[in-house]
Amino acid sequence: MSANAMSRSLRKLGLGLKEHYGIIATNKLSLLGFWIIVLFTLVAAFAPWIAPHEPWEMLFDSKGEFAALRAPSWEFPFGTTHLGYDLYSQLVLATRTTLLIGATSGFISIIIGANIGLIAGYYGGKVDEVLMRLTDILYGMPFLPFIIILIALFGRKLEFVILAIVLIIWRTSARVIRAQTIAIKQRQFIAMARARGASDLRIIYVHILPNVLPLLLLYAAFNIAWSIITEASASFLGFGDGETISWGGMLYELWLSGKTRVAWWWFATPSVCIILLVTSLVFVSRAYEEVANPRLRKR
Amino acid sequence: MAILELANLSRHFEIRPGLLDRAFKGKASSYIKAVQGLNVTVEDNEILGIAGESGCGKSTTCTMISALMEPSDGDIRFKGRSILGLKGKALKDYRRSVQMIFQDPYESLNPRFRIADIVAEGPRALGLWRGEELDRRVHAILSAVGLPPAKYAERFPHELSGGERQRVGIASALIMEPEMIIADEPLSMLDVSIRAGILDLMRDMQAQKGFASIYVSHDLSILGNVADRILIMYLGQAMEVGPAREVILNPKHPYTKALIGAVPVPDPRSRRAVPNVRGDLSKPIDPPPGCRFAPRCPHADESCKTKFIALDTQDPQKHQAACHKLAEIGHG
Repeated sequence: MSANAMSRSLRKLGLGLKEHYGIIATNKLSLLGFWIIVLFTLVAAFAPWIAPHEPWEMLFDSKGEFAALRAPSWEFPFGTTHLGYDLYSQLVLATRTTLLIGATSGFISIIIGANIGLIAGYYGGKVDEVLMRLTDILYGMPFLPFIIILIALFGRKLEFVILAIVLIIWRTSARVIRAQTIAIKQRQFIAMARARGASDLRIIYVHILPNVLPLLLLYAAFNIAWSIITEASASFLGFGDGETISWGGMLYELWLSGKTRVAWWWFATPSVCIILLVTSLVFVSRAYEEVANPRLRKR
Repeated sequence: MAILELANLSRHFEIRPGLLDRAFKGKASSYIKAVQGLNVTVEDNEILGIAGESGCGKSTTCTMISALMEPSDGDIRFKGRSILGLKGKALKDYRRSVQMIFQDPYESLNPRFRIADIVAEGPRALGLWRGEELDRRVHAILSAVGLPPAKYAERFPHELSGGERQRVGIASALIMEPEMIIADEPLSMLDVSIRAGILDLMRDMQAQKGFASIYVSHDLSILGNVADRILIMYLGQAMEVGPAREVILNPKHPYTKALIGAVPVPDPRSRRAVPNVRGDLSKPIDPPPGCRFAPRCPHADESCKTKFIALDTQDPQKHQAACHKLAEIGHG
């Protein structure tokens, strides 16, 4: 497929990049959020080249003294931990893990949620009943015991953290997409598509999907934000992957060190990053909310 | 020869009372008999007009013929073969042969599709043509319905006016090269000033491509213009059928007379007898077995309330009315 044909078919799906930038740019906060996300993504992509030290490397300052629990300075811009680790390097490297987990579980969960919502909403009846009761069961599933069991069974690995997050997070998007699908399938253009000979699958994925797309993108942003928070909580409780560093994991190490009341910079840096990234995602989703629900637009 | 036959076609909708009513008061379900015992044929190359008030079962009939809804009873035969329970390829072939034009041009076009994609959707869904061939046909049909493709192909429906959208709807039906078109009040949502244009377009296309049509409307003056034959329906029952001129100039059934008497005449000095019809349009919920017009009919007696005459389809050109009292009413 040539680049031109590719961009044409993407645009047909409603995924043209220019149009999406246009949607985001209508709202100043969304635009700010968008650029913060771009910045974090760049940091994540080039993390090994940006970070001056290894995450768990004991550091000595220029005078040769052990650099434990240093407040931010020129030498250590975000300070150090009680074991002399550079928080700036940790933060940069952790961005990669956090974004990876956030994007992967956000993406997988929206795909699962969208498909279950579309299929349940379109077919209705027994299919709907089975899928929605499954969703209800997941609503009753408390996250922490669930991830503890999963990790006890399989070990503290990144994949299982992602799996646990995905299994919990898709439920809300499935419900919302289902509701929207039910509303759209009543409309006459769906009857028209059927009268013209479109099959059920074609109606679902060619006719309905583009119409739930703004909502889908809104929930994709929510899911990513939720995944990041969930991952941080799981890591903070010690259920993250011990091999890779993440923002939640940094807070977990602070907790373990017992220096919570002393090292404000150790606490501040990962927290601010989490808040900044999640808020940015919510800001961006706000722009899509206006597309999905035109009544929110400025009057 | 008849391309489409409706034999004793019926559609009932169940209204279930709430759970508590059912459990404690023993209420049974009631039924809306939207279409009841409809017999009619559409001949080759013919336009059959269906007229009647809101809720008379016109749209339900169209939906059933388009295989979007199953009848509760009776049969639909297309070129002699029943279409009920068609599956797979047979259903696809039928869908291609019979195309529907929808009433509401604002609701019937997918807002996320470009005009060219809306028109190309049928052939794509059925895998009729692809690539250059499809593009060529889409452009040809858009030009034929009066939408120059250079200007319209890449637009979205919300950028078009109602009349233009209805042209898109017509193009998307005609590109399939159907043998029959079902037009469910295609003009009712349009401004009076553009109705004539769409009507002319539909007539031209009919003459050019030669297909049979069912044209549904509540506007008798339009039907008198386009239809070869007219079927009059009231609350789901067929009241009268016959050649268009006959039905309009010489109506037999008391309901048809009232309906035609209600068509406005653009002459302020014209006076005519007010049709002698009492009461209001009711709903066909659990109706009695007889003629549904009986409660409002000035000529009705007991026999009308118990027995209904079904029209026969032996001679399509015959002008017939489903009324016991024809001899008594006479003509005029």
